[in-house]
Parts: sequence; structure tokens; C-alpha cells
Amino acid sequence: MSKATLFDKVWDLHAVRALSSGQTQLLIGLHLIHEVTSPQAFSMLRERNLTVAFPERTVATVDHIVPTEDQSRPYADDMAEEMMTAIEANCRQFGIRLFQPGSGKQGVVHIVAPEQGLTQPGMTVACGDSHTATHGAFGAIAFGIGTSQVRDVLATQTLSMGRMKVRKVQVDGKLTPGVAAKDVILHVLRQLTAKGGVGFAYEFAGTTIAAMTMEERMTVCNMAIEGGARCGYINPDDTTFAYLKGREHAPKGAAWDKAVAWWRSIASGADAVYDDVKTFRAEDIQPYVTWGISPDHGIGISEAIPAKESFAKDEWATVEEAYQYMGVKPGQRLEGFPVDVVFIGSCTNGRMSDLRAAAAVVRSHGGKVAATVKAIVVPGSEAVKVEAEKEGLDKVFSAAGFEWREAGCSMCLAMNPDKLKGRQVSISTSNRNFKGRQGSPEGRTILSSPAMAAIAALEGKVADVRKFLK
Amino acid sequence: MPSQIKLLAGRAVPVRGNDIDTDRIIPARFLRCVTFDGLGEHAFEDDRRGLKAQGKTHPFDEARFAGAAVLVVNSNFGCGSSREHAPQAIAKWGIKAIVGVSFSEIFYGNCVAMGLPILRVTVADSEAIQALVEADPRVEVAVDVEALQVRVGAKLFAAQMADGIRKQFVTGAWDATGELIDGLPQVKAKAATVPYLRAFA
Repeated sequence: MSKATLFDKVWDLHAVRALSSGQTQLLIGLHLIHEVTSPQAFSMLRERNLTVAFPERTVATVDHIVPTEDQSRPYADDMAEEMMTAIEANCRQFGIRLFQPGSGKQGVVHIVAPEQGLTQPGMTVACGDSHTATHGAFGAIAFGIGTSQVRDVLATQTLSMGRMKVRKVQVDGKLTPGVAAKDVILHVLRQLTAKGGVGFAYEFAGTTIAAMTMEERMTVCNMAIEGGARCGYINPDDTTFAYLKGREHAPKGAAWDKAVAWWRSIASGADAVYDDVKTFRAEDIQPYVTWGISPDHGIGISEAIPAKESFAKDEWATVEEAYQYMGVKPGQRLEGFPVDVVFIGSCTNGRMSDLRAAAAVVRSHGGKVAATVKAIVVPGSEAVKVEAEKEGLDKVFSAAGFEWREAGCSMCLAMNPDKLKGRQVSISTSNRNFKGRQGSPEGRTILSSPAMAAIAALEGKVADVRKFLK
Repeated sequence: MPSQIKLLAGRAVPVRGNDIDTDRIIPARFLRCVTFDGLGEHAFEDDRRGLKAQGKTHPFDEARFAGAAVLVVNSNFGCGSSREHAPQAIAKWGIKAIVGVSFSEIFYGNCVAMGLPILRVTVADSEAIQALVEADPRVEVAVDVEALQVRVGAKLFAAQMADGIRKQFVTGAWDATGELIDGLPQVKAKAATVPYLRAFA
């Protein structure tokens, strides 16, 4: 059993008591909600005549169904309007803060909470969304929950939870040019598989991770869930504190110094004991693309699609299904594979550094989006949009033929009007290449970094961004 | 007070494949709703349609599996999105227990919170149970949460479930809300000791 890791310290601090089942009643420091997984939870509260125990510890935003083109109300989609109206009424009734479109604070839930300084080291964070793991980048224990559990957090600020094991995922060395945080996590997922992390919290560590910015760390932790790990985290350090300092909800004055001292104390110590350790070398990582229907179906751009025999035997049926669905063959390379749609955005890669990386490729290439390609850039939050426009990134994208949108989840899960059609191929900076994920039951998704998505838009096909770097 | 869940028996339906994600169980377009009503008919909708287009039939559309109460799956079932809409759709289709090799933790937690028992068996046993059910769809499958066994006709298979979770089902404490509320005084006392909840004072 793990000892003296950040996970152990944060868990123990928030463990209220043992329940009759043997599960732990765990205090949740920050609860985030959005319009898709919360309406039924509020209905359950009303049915049981319950109220919200700590309304100041829940923060709401809207992201999943929000249109990223015309945001005037009422929304063109009646159901989207009804969901929007429901969260407005629920937040009003129970006294919960809501970051509305137009407030300057709205955006993808996992982007706005860090941006506002709400997410801090040592917290427990829960949200009715699997990508809550993102907040672990700050040294928080953050996990996704379902709607019945959203009800429990609203009613009690706690959850009934079982303790996880801790696996250290250590990446050491210097990334080579053209390789991004997204490539690191796709590489890790491929080796540890989509189910390898079930039962574990992933602690990402090593010199590669330590050298990453907070935005890069968020990209890595975001996809811990794609490896089966319900949460992923990184020990807080000076990079973390520098990011937080001065943000709206970060501690100020004397409290700041006390906070930093406490944050340092909760990091995994030299005496930390892990249930498992896996190591990786940064030099082995190339720009990645996925070829299949699970996020662990990734390859370096210069590699060939693997034969089914390289997988465990009970995976063969899934691998064959993936070849067939994607229209690819083992031994084939993806470089040159035509794409129809390019999506840059999401809680994985919708932050400033992601947009800058994509814009840098556009500038460096000098060309325009291929005539056969529809390319959209969706900033992760209103704040990201404002900052990007201040830097002129919107003009770089628009001049090259990319559509520049309003903040939201958009084509990551295609609950709003942004959807693939038929068997279209999308290269996407989001997190899931599941069958049908981007809105068409036959639609195909290739996951990549923002730079690899941008170069594919300009070339009209999957390309190796390293060949275009100046 | 929620009910005790000890034993569920009925016919079963096998859905083969590893890593069946929640987008496949209930595509995102069906999340455009403010209740879970009506989700049952859309369970596995795109997989069902896709197979139909190829002249094949998804188990949820096969007459021989109609009315099944036990869903038998393979590894990493329910991975991906946290949407409770996925187990809700399965339950509303008529499933009362799930047996498989492994499950995503969020999906698993959702099933427990809903009172839908979810048991683990080995890779070989999941395939054996699926084969038995396919060979004789009328065979009775009994899922014994108390004894941690799955009985298919006369054959017995050992199953696993974390002891705390098993206890939650058999004692009726799977709906934890009541007990969590009883702990509110301790929750408030605990919150007063957490540095960031006291503004680092």
C-alpha cells in the first residue's frame, strides 16, 4: 500500500469517517458542475427534500451544449435552451455561483476553474465529468463522478469512496522539437493501455514533467482517465505557485505565504512508497497520432500501425474492429492520410499555449487550410478567447481559413451543432477517438497535439509537423 | 430506506468486446435532456444501427435475448465519459445486474449509487458465461451478490466484488446519501481543520 505520497496525505486529510460499508466518507473541497450531468441531481434533491450543504463550495459553468457560433438567447436548439434554463434556475434556487456566457468567466469547466485560481494544491475536487482529472495538475486529488454522486456532494459535500492505489508514472529527459505534452500522454497511454490504470491514481513525475508549464501538465493529467486511472496528479512546485499567484481565488497576503508552505508540505516526500512505478524516456516520444478507436491506439507519426499480434489475445477482436472502423490496415503509416475536419480545442488542448502552438505552425507554414478541409478553433474559455485576440491569434487563424469560435466543448463530444458527417475523418486535439464520438455514428477521429492538427489542416492530410518547423 | 439487493435471477444477454465506452452505450446526442426518462430504448443505439446496416443484429435487438435481466460483458466496460446516462440506459432497458471482467471506476461507482449490482469474473469465465447464454438463451442466470457467485443453469462461477461494496448491496446501504447526511456534524468539524477551507487562517 502506498505511503507518504501526495495522494495519501490529501486523502487522509479529507477522510471524514469510515461508513458502515467500509467505504470512506470523503470531504470534497471544490465541487464543479455543468449543464449536462447536474439537472437530474437537482431533481433528486427536490424529490428527497434536501438542500445544498455548502453552496459556496460548488461552482457552475456551462460548456457542453453551448453553441460556439450564435450564442444569442434563446438558443436555436430548444433542448439546449431548456438545459441552460435548468442550470440557471437550479443555481439561483440553491445559491450557487454560475459563470454565464458573456461574464468573461465562462468556458470549459476544467479550463475556467484553474484560470480563476479555484483549483489549488491539496484540494479534493469532484465534478460530474470524467476529465476532472485535469485539476490534478495542481497537486489536487480530482476525479469524475456520476449524477447520483453529484447529488451526494450537493447534499453533503462528501462522497462514499474507496481508496485507490498509487502508480508513479515517471518520464525523464528532454522532449525533442515538435513533441508536445499531448504526445507524452498518448505515448504513456499506449504503453499502459486504456484499462491499465483501473484502481490506480497516477502520479506523473520525472524531469520531463517537472519542466512542463501548468498548461502542459493539465494536458497530461486530463487524459489519465483514458488510461483507466480515475485521477492523475503532479506534485506542486514553484511552477504551480507562480501560475496561481494573483489569480482571483488564490490566497492573498499573509495567507499566500501560509498556503505555499502548506502546499509544499503535501507533495510526495522522499519517503513516499508507491504501489507501482513505470518509467519512460522523453527521447523515445515522437509526435503522436491515433489510428484506432481507443486513446491507447496511438503511434509515433513515423511508425506503422501495429499488427494485432502485438496486443494481448483478448484485445484482438477490438483491434480488428478498430482497423475496420477506421479503414486502415496493419503496417500502414498514417502520414498522408486525408482528413476532412480539424478541431482545435477542448479541455485537453483548448488553452493559450495550445492556440499559440497551432498558430505558430500556421505562420511557419505560410499556407491556407486545404480546400477539402473544414477547420475550427474553439478557445477553451472566454478568457482564453480574449487573450488570444489580444495577441492577434484569431487573425492568424482566420486569414488562413480556420473558423474562430466562441468558448465551449464543441466537437470534442458533439453535443452542440458542431458534428462530423458520415464517415468523415477528423484530426482533433480532444481526448477520445471512440466510435461515433464526434457526432456521426460512422465518423472517424484521429487524436493529436495542436501543432499536428494545424499542420494537417494546412496540408489536407496527416503530416509530420517536424518537417515544417523552421 | 433503499432495499437490500442479494440475489437477482433471470435470462441474460451477452455483449462481447473490450473497452466498450459510454459513448457507445449512450451516444452524446441523448444527453440533451434534463431527466433520465426514455433512455432505455437508445441503449447501444449506434452500435445497433451500425450492425443492422451490415445485415447483422446487436444482442439488444435479438428476439432470443429480449427481456434479459443480466448483462454479461468483457474487459474495461463503461470506460470514457462519466455520464450516468449510460448505466441508466442499461437499467431502463431492463438490466438488473452486470457481470464482466473489469469496469471503468466511474461507471462502477454509478452502478453502485443506482443500486445496480456489478460483479467481476475472470476473462475465461466471462467468455464461458457468454458462450453458455448464446448456446441457450433461455438458461437462468442467477447473480448471487451475497455469496459472490454467478450460476448459469447448473454451472457455478466465482465472482468478485469489493467487500465494502458487497456489504452496501446486501445491507441496503448502496444508496449512501442517508448515511452521508447523518455524518454532516463530523463533516463540518472536519472542514474546520482543512487549511484551505479556513482561508489558511
